[in-house]
Amino acid sequence: MTEDYKKYEYDVIVIGAGGAGLRAAIEAARSGAKTAIITKSLLGKAHTVMAEGGCAAALQNADPRDGWKVHFHDTMKGSKWLANWQMAEYHAKEAPDRVRELEQWGAVFDRTPKNLINQRNFGGHTFPRLAHVGDATGLELIRTLQERGIHEGIDIFMEYTVRHLLKEGDRVTGCVAYTRVDGDFHAFSAKSVVLATGGITRVWSVCSGSWEYTGDGHALALWAGAELRDMEFVQFHPTGMVWPPSVRGILVTEGVRGEGGRLTNSEGDRFMFDYVPEMFAGDHAETIEESDQWVEEIVSGKLATVRRPPELLTRDVVSKAINSEVKAGRGSPHGGAFLDISHRGEEAILKKLPSMHHQFKELAGVDISKEPMEVGPTAHYVMGGVIVNAESQETTISGLYACGEVASGLHGANRLGGNSLSDLIVFGKRAGEFAAKRSKDLAQPVIDDSQVKSAITDMLEPFNNEGGENPGLIYDELRDMMQAKVGIIRTKDELDEAIEDLKNFDTRRKSAYPGSSRKYNSGWHQALDLKNMVDVSYVATLAALTREESRGGHTRDDFPVPDDEYWGETLNIIYMEDGEIKIRQEAKEEMRDDLKDAINEVKAMIAERAAEAGGEN
Amino acid sequence: MSLKGKIQKFTITRGEGETAELADYEIELDEGMVVLDCVHRIQHEQEPDLAVRWNCKAGKCGSCSAEINGRPRLMCMTRMSDVVDETEDGKPIEIRPMKAFPHVKDLVTDVSWNYEVAQKIKPINGPDEMNWEFNQNEADRVQQFRECIECFLCVNTCHVLRDHSLFDEFAGPRNLVRLAQYEMHPLDQEDRIPEIKKEFGVEYCNITRCCTEVCPAGIQITDDAIIQLKERVVDRYYDPLQRIWRTLTRQKVRY
Repeated sequence: MTEDYKKYEYDVIVIGAGGAGLRAAIEAARSGAKTAIITKSLLGKAHTVMAEGGCAAALQNADPRDGWKVHFHDTMKGSKWLANWQMAEYHAKEAPDRVRELEQWGAVFDRTPKNLINQRNFGGHTFPRLAHVGDATGLELIRTLQERGIHEGIDIFMEYTVRHLLKEGDRVTGCVAYTRVDGDFHAFSAKSVVLATGGITRVWSVCSGSWEYTGDGHALALWAGAELRDMEFVQFHPTGMVWPPSVRGILVTEGVRGEGGRLTNSEGDRFMFDYVPEMFAGDHAETIEESDQWVEEIVSGKLATVRRPPELLTRDVVSKAINSEVKAGRGSPHGGAFLDISHRGEEAILKKLPSMHHQFKELAGVDISKEPMEVGPTAHYVMGGVIVNAESQETTISGLYACGEVASGLHGANRLGGNSLSDLIVFGKRAGEFAAKRSKDLAQPVIDDSQVKSAITDMLEPFNNEGGENPGLIYDELRDMMQAKVGIIRTKDELDEAIEDLKNFDTRRKSAYPGSSRKYNSGWHQALDLKNMVDVSYVATLAALTREESRGGHTRDDFPVPDDEYWGETLNIIYMEDGEIKIRQEAKEEMRDDLKDAINEVKAMIAERAAEAGGEN
Repeated sequence: MSLKGKIQKFTITRGEGETAELADYEIELDEGMVVLDCVHRIQHEQEPDLAVRWNCKAGKCGSCSAEINGRPRLMCMTRMSDVVDETEDGKPIEIRPMKAFPHVKDLVTDVSWNYEVAQKIKPINGPDEMNWEFNQNEADRVQQFRECIECFLCVNTCHVLRDHSLFDEFAGPRNLVRLAQYEMHPLDQEDRIPEIKKEFGVEYCNITRCCTEVCPAGIQITDDAIIQLKERVVDRYYDPLQRIWRTLTRQKVRY
């Protein structure tokens, strides 16, 4: 069967229309490149819309003691020192202007009493740093970029799914997509391609990710020969909804804790005081009184004079604490912990956390201004991803760029809340800028018909499987398996089993049958998604099996402590060779001296504050 | 009352355009399900090619709009316990796509018209210098409008569009909210009143408030956005004092 397809030519193609993709496309178009966005969904619906708490940038509006060095230090420390320091430096320095620019494009952030952008506290951030709009900051960010983007002359292909990257020798020269609405095929020639496809968390059954989070960009990069790093580092956000079952995993913003939310177990204990790891000792309040005083100061708009509550430890720490409490039999009725913000009163809650109030009321019948929430860990973010050059965001293959969650480097072993939205705009801009710059000197690549034909054959494959399994069923079972065996706490035996199971899933997905129609056939889309889901699951599992230590978003029950000497200095590099996924290790790069000095300067400042507040170090 | 184990009937639009018809399904319910969970269960257990558009399943993206038992709602935010309560015992729960938009297939419609209108709206035009200053009260007025998740349920419900199909003359509630968001921004300098009157046809709205009633984000579309825009149009075109003020000062009137 020969299939017709339409052809297009662009300088820059951006795959994905979340915060990173939109920001990249805007920058590419502004640099003069003929730019298109290809998105699986409608414009403005991408996963960015679900981000709640805020966008981290050292604006110094809420606390003048903040600055890029403190943000840089916090990001590196939160990453358990595995972040790419060059990216962390760019990020800390450039985030403030990227946020101010959003304001000029129409974003209406909450204000300080001095009429500037307000900033809230979040885990791991030394000072209040997150620009926010109530608890719906992601919506503000994506809508602002969308409303700016449509006036930049960018062509937007909505509900088109990219399944294949075109190559010419060693460089990427375009992509092939199908349309969701009618199942037609389209081939795009591009001088530069930017991946901005988001994450992979749909491979876990309890997750906060939207439908799109099926690892498309990770897989496209891997298949095209690009390298990934550290895919074992998966952030399980400590506070997802746990009840009722159908909403399990939906995010409860860290903003609740930033606004003074208290975590307790079934015995009413504020258990986080018992889980402060050595590396954070002395940074956090040691008594309930000190915690309460901090909340009181913050709420009344003063600069904090005491240390923050331990509920604001980094996400990996809080997740594991809740997990341990539940295992010890001190969980809430549905297997989580209690999170209580009701002491802030209805008015403050409706102003600062309106969507949380709405979400719990509508979906769980809980009024959070009167009673505690039940929360537990949910797969939220993958720190690992496609390896990129810190400056240009180019991957290890020429012509292919990546930004946002699909890229890696900024977050190391653990991402700080709020550093994702800032990541999108800082590195989205960089990717767009460099992708456009590269396209200037290149001739338009020719679309290779044989590659397109072979991609189309692959896409049509599921229709040959009459009588095969329902792809939805395989999808559900794959997610349950990953949840059970590659979840928050991992062991060698279970990871070994997962590797075997994934081989089996790979066989099963090849015979899935979605029915015969190509028109908006959700089953067909799912059957195709399963290929990337199985591959990215395999990559994450293989990396988890290899890293024999516990660090940030990767916890091994059989190797419960960090191995600073070896793994603290080492990155896992994942790649594909002869159709097989492989892994090797590389030493991380030594930090530049002036940045080491910056870290020490900030450390001294924090120690001084701790001493003033009565801490021991 | 727990719904776990209850066998529930559904009747759902299947097919394309004029040949589409209702098809019956039956599934077993679990605790705490929303309507979208049931559609997914039907997809995963019975009909893989059932078309449904959804993204976040958390009421934040506005993709899964449909008409459930005749009422336009988000499938992800409609709890089965409520829908079972409102459905006569033994009768199926009916799910249809939004009626005002061209039908694509099953529960999916073509909502691209909304994006085409948005394209015609002039973007924000404020100071070139960074670090804009305005206070929280000023922000509050605009922030309400920016809570819109673009589910287009308001457009689907609006008589001007749903019953009279004036898609060429009227911008629809969602885009009027967008216009209000710009017009009421404390630092915006652009003048959009002429097109709000002409191209975007604000006067077609006869204030039945149907859009406000179905808004899942709780935006006071009629009172806070549309009526405000209507007043500005009236001030501009029908208030002689303001006309003189504008001619003399060549300035936009600040509210």
